[in-house]
Amino acid sequence: MTKKVFGKPKCLKENVFHYCAGCGHSIVHRLVAEVIDELDIRGITIGVPPAGCAVLAYNYFDIDMIEAQHGRGPAMATGIKRTLPDRVVFSYQGDGDLAAIGIAESFHAANRGENITVIFINNAVYGMTGGQMAPTTLLGQRTTTSPSGRDAVKEGYPIRISEILSSLPGTTFIERCTVNSPPNIIKAKKAIKKAFQYQIDGLGFSMIEVLSPCPTNWKMTPIAACKWIDEVMSKEFPLGIIKDIKSSDKGGKSHVG
Amino acid sequence: MKGHIKINRELCKGCYLCLHACKKGHIVSSKEYNAKGYRPVRFNNEGDQRCTGCALCAITCPEIAIEVYRE
Repeated sequence: MTKKVFGKPKCLKENVFHYCAGCGHSIVHRLVAEVIDELDIRGITIGVPPAGCAVLAYNYFDIDMIEAQHGRGPAMATGIKRTLPDRVVFSYQGDGDLAAIGIAESFHAANRGENITVIFINNAVYGMTGGQMAPTTLLGQRTTTSPSGRDAVKEGYPIRISEILSSLPGTTFIERCTVNSPPNIIKAKKAIKKAFQYQIDGLGFSMIEVLSPCPTNWKMTPIAACKWIDEVMSKEFPLGIIKDIKSSDKGGKSHVG
Repeated sequence: MKGHIKINRELCKGCYLCLHACKKGHIVSSKEYNAKGYRPVRFNNEGDQRCTGCALCAITCPEIAIEVYRE
């Protein structure tokens, strides 16, 4: 007897993703949808999509979603969670949204320890506007606004958001993962599930940073982009659990490089 | 364990991540174009080692164009 073992998650609509070939956004969409299905929280989940490539995320998720102003996802999620504390609220943000224009909202929501989950997609460029330099762009990386490579003297250093937020006492679970290979995708799904579970248990602010391939703006093939994450990007942004209050009594274990 | 996959060729955008993920080489690129102008992959379950339905191709597919079945 033939059994179906893999298909589209129930809380994704039939719409075709508008993302480029090999983009990590659609993989993370699927992982979030699978986690919502597995935790059986579809009816009580509210998502907050960002401004950026994932601005149309509400076309794909078959759950309640409310669009936030650019960078204000955690602020909006705070409001939703405070008025409806029994709902599961997550904000889905890119690096331009969370690390640049929305750094204040993200930082203070984390500092207040709001009981929300943030999915942070880090692809080291501004994807939707055409590959400009982002705060997370690596040193020496060529983008349309740093054509000779990012220079620390002129443009500063890449920001490690997860490490910064892990220093705040309000955060409970922060992990950096990537979606460049099947084992890493499975790990990323586990991390997202854990973050949602922390929120359901009422522990506080959780964030998953996902290093996501952007073949179009990195000017690479999708397979070369996945390799680049392994060889270059994960050296600057080390993978793994950055903070987990359950694993240590002293405010979580940290392996900040 | 025997398995097989179904590829929705209209959803495929030709990123070939699945082709890279399948260690047995059962996914190959095709020469025909789909309606969007991409060259979708196709399933080629030939050779000594048949598809086991491990779902690595489906896990890595960004478009959810692959469905996996096991017997």
